Amino acid sequence: MTDRQPVVTVAGVDKTFRTGEATTHALSGIDLAIGGGEFVSLIGPSGCGKSTLLRLMGDLTQPSAGSVTINGKPAARARRDRDYGMVFQAPVLFDWRSIQANVELPLEILGLPAEARRERARRMLELVELSDFGGHHPWQLSGGMQQRAAIARALTLEPKLLLMDEPFGALDEMTRERMNDELLRVWERTGTTVVFVTHSIPEAVFLSSRVVVMSARPGRITDVIEIDLPRPRTEATRELERYFELITAVREALRAGHGPAATAREATPAEGEP
Amino acid sequence: MTVGAATIGRRSPMSAAATSLGGALRSVLAFVVVVALIAIAWEAAKWVAGVPWRDFLGAPIDPPHNPPFRISQLNDINLPHTWQIVGAFFEPATRRSEFSLGAVLIDAAIFTWRGAAIGFALGAVVGLLLAIAFVHSRLLERALVPYVIASQTVPIIALAPMVVLWVGRDWPSVAIISAYLTFFPVTIAGIRGLSSPDPRALELMRSYAAGWREVLWKVRLPAALPYLFTALKISATASIVGAIVAEAPTGIQGGLGRAIIQFNQQYTSGPEKLWATVIVCAALGIAFFVLVRVAELVVLRNRERTVDA
Repeated sequence: MTDRQPVVTVAGVDKTFRTGEATTHALSGIDLAIGGGEFVSLIGPSGCGKSTLLRLMGDLTQPSAGSVTINGKPAARARRDRDYGMVFQAPVLFDWRSIQANVELPLEILGLPAEARRERARRMLELVELSDFGGHHPWQLSGGMQQRAAIARALTLEPKLLLMDEPFGALDEMTRERMNDELLRVWERTGTTVVFVTHSIPEAVFLSSRVVVMSARPGRITDVIEIDLPRPRTEATRELERYFELITAVREALRAGHGPAATAREATPAEGEP
Repeated sequence: MTVGAATIGRRSPMSAAATSLGGALRSVLAFVVVVALIAIAWEAAKWVAGVPWRDFLGAPIDPPHNPPFRISQLNDINLPHTWQIVGAFFEPATRRSEFSLGAVLIDAAIFTWRGAAIGFALGAVVGLLLAIAFVHSRLLERALVPYVIASQTVPIIALAPMVVLWVGRDWPSVAIISAYLTFFPVTIAGIRGLSSPDPRALELMRSYAAGWREVLWKVRLPAALPYLFTALKISATASIVGAIVAEAPTGIQGGLGRAIIQFNQQYTSGPEKLWATVIVCAALGIAFFVLVRVAELVVLRNRERTVDA
């Protein structure tokens, strides 16, 4: 939460996709700096390029223009140095490996000896409260537990940056809220910087220190909303008046980004943010 | 990839093992029942429309049973009695032979199986290497896959004599021809299986800065295993057919192919010998298939079962 040297710097990024004849302008003029220990959510309608922006940070795709810097290094270099962990909407666990072995996979590739791998993976499973399930196979676990295992796997390299692409999008509302609580607990204990893509306004507000609001065609940042809810955030946070105000603010920012018609209608009510 | 929601401990490994054991017993039982039904239908047809029965299971019938109808296809040359076929296994292979037909055929089956199994292993390795090359190089795939497919349209009957000419009149020729029939299903299934991982799984590996060898070893190959086993089961039977077809027209001694030719020539004097040989060929194919299936069950024991191929 302290604003030391930025962990992520996105400067003047454009991204266009060419599919046959058509060219899609996925991202346009993106500038964003994320400080160490921040929890930043990217929110916006489908097709606004929020996932693309996340994948740019992970060097899973490259910008058409501009630069992405992670820990002061180009994104490609940061990826080779294994500076970040990635969590997708699907857990993407390997069926043929036990949960323990799934969590050990990044460490295997890193070349850590077996003993150290086991120890570290065991600690990560403890962190996400899956200690008793290390010997199970993925298909024996519920969706929420699978996603927790995926988070443990992303954390085993002890990255400074965690990139999460709608990680709880496939879960039901109750499980999702529980996972949100757990993610915050993990975040507070590890001090990792998190970039979190979501469709859900309440989720973004509950989790984040800042919410980056995006709009589509071309994908661009239309607003950045500071979330000044007290920490640690708990069940009680979801009852606060400020929580609802911020949800409204994000919702209005999303609508404002949708086009002039929406903006005209939403222009008058009092807003927390400029 | 486990994407859908599953409940905790829905199926423990123990109960899965019990299920597969029960399943295996059921398959064996079903197989025995089907064989028995075929034998009964066979004899029933002969009872109704065959030639007169002078004995039943070796016991003389007096007076002989005279079937009410006559269908020439059901005479004792075309369809010998099932007990005569079974009995042939215990009689001398030829008039001057000191060995029973059963012993001779088992020897022949072992000879054929050796060629087939070596060919099968060779074909599986070559097939998989081709698939790995094709998955990593679109250029290779586009250039070579048409030839891989064309290779399977060349009749093995035409190819076998040439291979024997080059390699010699012994089991290495049999192995090569077997491999030729084996590699194709493995290549096709391999391409499919090696490209089956979720794109996100590959991105995940990229995020760990994994090289292509690690991606191949830790993601692509394990993901391809169920596909490969489906192909290997096809290849197991194909390799036996390949071996027999390789032996038959080329005069390679000692195998089932040679036995088929020999007993074919003696068919009118002892039809049950050719039938016995056919049964041994089928049994060998089934045994090899079952062997691969057992290996599959062992290797894939920890996977979630979706479809059984």
